[in-house]
Amino acid sequence: MQITAELVCFWIFAIPLVLTALGVVVARSPVYAAMNLVAAFFFMAGIYVLLAAHLIAFMQILVYAGAVMVLFLFVIMLLSLGDEHLRRERRSAMQYVGVIGAVSLLAVLAAAIARVPDKAMGALAQPERFGTVKAVGQVLYTEFLLPFEVTSLLLLVAIVGAVVIAKERI
Amino acid sequence: MVPVTWYLWLAALLFTIGLSGVLMKRNALIVMMSVELMLNAANLTFISFARQFGDVGGHAIAFFVIAVAAAEAAVGLAVVIAIYRTRGSINIDEVRALRE
Repeated sequence: MQITAELVCFWIFAIPLVLTALGVVVARSPVYAAMNLVAAFFFMAGIYVLLAAHLIAFMQILVYAGAVMVLFLFVIMLLSLGDEHLRRERRSAMQYVGVIGAVSLLAVLAAAIARVPDKAMGALAQPERFGTVKAVGQVLYTEFLLPFEVTSLLLLVAIVGAVVIAKERI
Repeated sequence: MVPVTWYLWLAALLFTIGLSGVLMKRNALIVMMSVELMLNAANLTFISFARQFGDVGGHAIAFFVIAVAAAEAAVGLAVVIAIYRTRGSINIDEVRALRE
C-alpha cells in the first residue's frame, strides 16, 4: 500500500487511541482513567476529521472531552474516595469469563468485518461540503427533525432526573 | 486512501476494550467510562460508513448518540452519587439490594 498523508495520520491517531482506551480499563484510580479517556476522545476527534466528519469531531471535543468529562471529574471530586478503593480488586472467575466473552465478540466482529469489501473509500461527490455544519444541519432539520426535537426533551428529562436522583432527600 | 475496514477494525477493538472494562472493573465510575468508550466505538462505525457511502445521515445518528450519551452520563453519575450516599461505596459488587 502506498504511504499517503492520510495513512500516516490514521496511525498517528489510531495507536494512541487504542493505548489510551486500554489505559481507561487498566487504570486503578478513577482520575487516571478519566484523564486517559479525555486523551482518547481527542484522538477519536482526529479520526473523525480524517473521515471528513468535521462537525462531529468538533462536538466530540465540546461535548465529550468538555462537558461529560468535567461531569465525571466533578463526581470523582465530590465522592472524595479514600485509599481503600485503590487497593487491588478481588477478581472472580466470572470476570475472566466475561473478558473471554468480550474477546469472542471481537472474533464475531472480525468475521463480520472480513465480509466488508476491502476497497479504498471512494471520492465524495462534494468533498468541500461533506460533514460540515451546513450539510449535517440540513439533514438534521429536515430528515431527522422529530428525533432532533425529541432529543431536547430527553436532555430536559435527564437534567430534571439527575437533580432529583442526586438530591439529599428524595 | 485508508480502506473503511481499518476504521471498522479500530471501532471493533475499542468496543471490545470498553466491554471488557465493563465486565472486569468493579468501580462504578470506571464502568461508566468504559460504557462511554463503547458508545464512541459505535459512533466511529457510523461515521466510517457515512464516509464510505457519502451519506450525511450517519453523522446525524452520531449526533444523537452523543446527545444520548450526555444524558446517560448525567443520570448515571447522579445514581452513583445516590448509591455513595446510602452505602458509602461505589463498588458495584456491593450493590445487590434487588438481588436479595
